[in-house]
Amino acid sequence: MTTTQSDTSRGAAAIDVQDLHKYFGDNEVLKGIDFHVSNGQVVCVIGPSGSGKSTLLRCVNMLETPTSGKIFVEGDEITDPDADIDKLRARIGMVFQQFNLFPHMTVLRNLTISQEKVKGRKKAEAVEVARKNLEKVGLADREDAYPAHLSGGQQQRVAIARALSMDPDMMLFDEPTSALDPELVGDVLAVMKDLASEGMTMMVVTHEMGFAREVGNKLVFMDGGVIVEEGDPAAVLADPQHERTQAFLSKVL
Amino acid sequence: MASPRQRAARWRYVQYAILVAALLAIAFIADWAQIQRAFWNWELVKEQFPRVLTIALKNTIVYTACGFAFGLALGLLLALMRLSSVGPYRWIATGIIELFRGLPALVVFIALSVGFNLAFPAYEIPFGNLGIVTLALGLVGGAYMAETIRAGIQAVPKGQLEAARSLGMSHGRAMISVVVPQAFRIILPPLTNELILLTKDSSLVYILGLSLSGYELTKFGREGMNSASNLTPIIVIALCYLLITVPLSIVVRRMESRSERAR
Repeated sequence: MTTTQSDTSRGAAAIDVQDLHKYFGDNEVLKGIDFHVSNGQVVCVIGPSGSGKSTLLRCVNMLETPTSGKIFVEGDEITDPDADIDKLRARIGMVFQQFNLFPHMTVLRNLTISQEKVKGRKKAEAVEVARKNLEKVGLADREDAYPAHLSGGQQQRVAIARALSMDPDMMLFDEPTSALDPELVGDVLAVMKDLASEGMTMMVVTHEMGFAREVGNKLVFMDGGVIVEEGDPAAVLADPQHERTQAFLSKVL
Repeated sequence: MASPRQRAARWRYVQYAILVAALLAIAFIADWAQIQRAFWNWELVKEQFPRVLTIALKNTIVYTACGFAFGLALGLLLALMRLSSVGPYRWIATGIIELFRGLPALVVFIALSVGFNLAFPAYEIPFGNLGIVTLALGLVGGAYMAETIRAGIQAVPKGQLEAARSLGMSHGRAMISVVVPQAFRIILPPLTNELILLTKDSSLVYILGLSLSGYELTKFGREGMNSASNLTPIIVIALCYLLITVPLSIVVRRMESRSERAR
């Protein structure tokens, strides 16, 4: 990173989370989160397990319903009960830790089905978009395979291609490499790095500190349902200000 | 000292010997001529054909297929209602399932044939007897299948629905395209069971008092047995039931191993 850009200089907010609270029963997992991702920004969220980082990410496309607070996606309030949730979700790509490819469909069908059923694209167009994205993740030759016949790293790259085929405005990654064998992590991170360099807006919950330092524009450290510290990734990783950040980083680095 | 493996082999030979001895004993004790007279009279066997196939077997297959098709659709609907977030849907589905799962199929047949006529004399169930059979078998089978399908839907990992929803699919679209197809693969074996049970339940059609052209296998066999005072017709229709169920099991096993490969 040559320059440290502030949030405001990077244009409109892609994701704007305001005073977000989330309870699971009596357990408050998010305790008033304010969180912003600007257009074109890559924001990495780190923290110990149970810190609420995945819950925050899942609230952004309403896979978890917030208890209170507001979330805006490109200026549209997704927490509004009257919002067309399906339409908004189609603009937000999501990649899961467990890939969640559809096992009963070929790779190609995984990529085309929601293009056809949600975006109303014709089959030929959907296939064309799908092939373009498979090529992008380096799996152009596997379009007829079923997910079970792919390695974890390949499955995750297909999952990324599937999300990209909807032409999303932004991508959410929920620990995308945590379920992978170590030697397969690199391929997936390389695809994500390419995406970032193309200017894709990304929110990444991860344990890959190297990726956060190299690709991220902002690093957010969460613990106990609050954002403890945030800032330039290299600065936070090299010189954490808060003692909880220091304690966490001393364990993982 | 014999090794454990040698001992296991010796014990297995003892088991084989017992089995062979039992078979030999049966073969010697049995009066084969008497058995053949009672169960497999060739003249009577020939008499059953071709009608046992063209009428009885055909009717059993038609009744079962119609009942199963309706039951499957009803079962899927009830399962989705049971899983609905709308309270009244859940209650209605639970009520229907408990009612028709708890009643003997025979009672349902009587209710739909005699009972319906008495209650609504001005109306008729469409498609005559086939309509009644389809409804009765479908209601009973559907009530059972609803619970099986519900279990199958719940066995599909939650991430599948989440992935589909995150791509912008509505809940209904995600169920139809992603969750239900996977659920059916999981429940293929118990659904096959249900189909085989319905095949046998179709024998209850006799309660409708159909004429010869409406006989299914069991009724056909009983009539044959009564008129000939011999069990041969029953043996013939028993083999016909196996003619349906055994190939069915083979087809399902094929389907299972094929979907296993795509897992």
